[in-house]
Amino acid sequence: MIKGSTAEKTLCYHCGDDCLTQAYVVDEKHFCCQGCKSVYSVLSASKLSNYYTYNNYPGTNRKQTDKRFDYLSDPEILAKLVDYADDKVAIVTLYIPQIHCSSCLWLLEQLHNLNPAIYHSRVDFLKKTLHLKFDVEKISLQKVVELLFDIGYEPLISLQDVIKEQKKPARDGLVKKIAVAGFCFGNVMLLSFPEYFGISVSEQSFKHFFGLINLVFTLPVVFYSGREYFVSAWHNLRNHVLNIDFPLALGIAVLFVRTAFEVFSHTGAGFADTLCGLVFFLLIGKFVQRKTYHHISFERDYRSFFPVAVQVLEEDKEKPVPLAKLKTGQRIVIRNNEIIPADAILLKGDGLIDFSFVTGESVLVNKTLGEIVYAGGRQAGRTIELEVVKSVSQSYLTQLWNNEAFTRRHNNRTQIFSEKVSKYFTIVLLAIAVTSLVFWLPFDYRRGLAAFTAVLIVACPCALALSTPFTMSAALSIFDRNFFYLKNTRIVEQMAAVDTIAMDKTGTITISEDSNVKVHGDLTDREKQLIYTACSNSIHPLSRMICKYLGNLKKLPVATYAEVPGKGIFATIDGHDLMIGNGALLFGFDSKNESVSCVHVAIDKKHVGYFSFYHEYREGIKEIALLASSYRLYLLSGDQDHEKENLVKFFATPGDMRFNQSPQNKLDFIRKLQDDGQTVMMIGDGLNDSGALKQSNLGVAITDNVNNFSPGCDAILDGRSFRKIPSFLRFSKNTVRVIHCSFGISLTYNVIGLTYAVTGNLSPLIAAILMPLSTVTIISFTTLATHFAAKKCNLL
Amino acid sequence: MSIIYFLIGCSVMLALVFLGAFFWAQNSGQNDDLYTPSIRILLDEPQNQEEEK
Repeated sequence: MIKGSTAEKTLCYHCGDDCLTQAYVVDEKHFCCQGCKSVYSVLSASKLSNYYTYNNYPGTNRKQTDKRFDYLSDPEILAKLVDYADDKVAIVTLYIPQIHCSSCLWLLEQLHNLNPAIYHSRVDFLKKTLHLKFDVEKISLQKVVELLFDIGYEPLISLQDVIKEQKKPARDGLVKKIAVAGFCFGNVMLLSFPEYFGISVSEQSFKHFFGLINLVFTLPVVFYSGREYFVSAWHNLRNHVLNIDFPLALGIAVLFVRTAFEVFSHTGAGFADTLCGLVFFLLIGKFVQRKTYHHISFERDYRSFFPVAVQVLEEDKEKPVPLAKLKTGQRIVIRNNEIIPADAILLKGDGLIDFSFVTGESVLVNKTLGEIVYAGGRQAGRTIELEVVKSVSQSYLTQLWNNEAFTRRHNNRTQIFSEKVSKYFTIVLLAIAVTSLVFWLPFDYRRGLAAFTAVLIVACPCALALSTPFTMSAALSIFDRNFFYLKNTRIVEQMAAVDTIAMDKTGTITISEDSNVKVHGDLTDREKQLIYTACSNSIHPLSRMICKYLGNLKKLPVATYAEVPGKGIFATIDGHDLMIGNGALLFGFDSKNESVSCVHVAIDKKHVGYFSFYHEYREGIKEIALLASSYRLYLLSGDQDHEKENLVKFFATPGDMRFNQSPQNKLDFIRKLQDDGQTVMMIGDGLNDSGALKQSNLGVAITDNVNNFSPGCDAILDGRSFRKIPSFLRFSKNTVRVIHCSFGISLTYNVIGLTYAVTGNLSPLIAAILMPLSTVTIISFTTLATHFAAKKCNLL
Repeated sequence: MSIIYFLIGCSVMLALVFLGAFFWAQNSGQNDDLYTPSIRILLDEPQNQEEEK
């Protein structure tokens, strides 16, 4: 670090970025840009500067300041966005990705101080949504959104909001069912105690009373809380499937009928407490299995990135048009940072397009006039004008997404363990029950029926049904802690079955953003300073990287400065002529060495050296390569093979690396592996992998930002945890082993219970002890064993 | 000992009231967002409003 550079560095009071100029100062507070400054002005004018006291630098950078919410005046769009609206008030829920700290929360809930027409605003922190209620007579939604924009919280309004296709969390009232079951379970337990401890002959009348009350309590448990087990069992039977819900439903039904019979015939106390406990524990198992991630979506497709409307130029006037109404031949205006929604021809301006969203490649693509620009690109340069050649639904990106081969979901999921087992379990259970009935029938039909029902009661696979959900939810929370987010609990078993791993290259095993910078040629400090000054004026990513590489140097006065988009910079600084750029700029031709991007530097017409940018491999690629002993590894890349030599050390044979693969090629390759009997895990990112991700047995989308594009995948892996993939695989195998063990334990309990049951002498007390005991054993065993396995794999 | 009929009736009624309270809380969405209130409580709202007056 160069001395004195820290003294120069001022951080923006609003967002905490470096202040590159001293131009924006208010109240002795420095700001990095006009946007940040204006937010501060708005807030301090409304006496809301408390915003800055809760956290340091609570804001997010706001370099880009042009408002474009005209489309919100379109009544059609408006009607689709609001949750509720009448003549007076409207209620709307907006997604605001910037919400990140307590200051955000505080400010957004103070909106009524900024504009009294907003009655009510409430933030949901985890979902990053703002719930607003406002007076439609005094303020329009457009004004509300503009107000939010002014204070630095621009809501993300995407096409998906308009289509409203987000799946709302299933509201089947599971919590309420658990509450009812728990309530009845507690009361029934209490009322059953006298029976277990013995009731004296003089108090026999109580016995019948307790039995009747217990029976009343079981009614809501069976018909409200336990209803879905009957529904599911019936549904599966009609589809000729014997799943675990069948013995469970049978157990619940038999328990209920026998309890009712015993109570009414005064022959016993019945099994009301076992019944309530069974349903209660089963529902808890269901509850823990349902894991919800508020902050990620596994079905985020292109629609959540597309804007709601686009500016169309008609008779020299800009007018917002909803995407669905965009027609071919219309002239659209795309500003900096806007997404091109449909395939179009560039008519005016310099196209500098970022296609990272589609391809995962972050290097900007330069487009010249008349060239076709595919949908999904983000304009990084100045405003451009394009002519739409295909409507949104016909565009390349949309076509690719809706490609039949990509959407066809093959039934390639392996059956999970409990599904495989429950089939045999049910058959054996029914066989034992019928055998004991037939055995006793000739001697004593009452005893026969008692034995028959007792077998079905005691062998009810409660512990078995609980072992999978409890183990899996413990495993999921461990993956979660390591930034590996699985869609549901089944995925863990899927992962344990994997024997082949296929990987994409760009964005998956290479980090496209953080390239390694290398300098070739000797640069003096003076030259470095000149280059730094020139590059600091440019927003091009390579210039930014050079600035970052050179560190904070003192800037020199700039006499002239010109940027040739896609080529480089001309500048006159401190009496020196500088040319910084690619080969085309300096030598008139571009060297076709695409493995490294080069930026050449000439000072006073003399070539002094160049910077090269290498793609860096993600940390942990070596560990992944070590997996080759137990897994088949493949590389599927859409790129040219210029990095083959670098990668050859990571893969067993060069044949396992496939370059120039189109999305369809990748999908076909995965399918071919599956036809050969392999279970494939695909790791990829970007739209070009989405087909392969869907086809594979386990599709893992890797991303450095969980809010990114995640096409129909089973799991999302944060890039930071890439090196942990071997541990994840090992841990998933251990988890499955834990399930096997807990299955063994629950079988042991069943066998103990059965020895009582087949004789027809099952007392309610034994059933009432065995059932909770086995449940508690299973829950504690699975939780402890899973955590132990996680420790062993260094995941805790 | 007949008082036990009355006592059990009372205890069940009381328990039902609590169950009803839970249902009410669940239906009115009090359990929908369990995280945000933990931050909201740290913010000094009343003090701020006094300043504005």
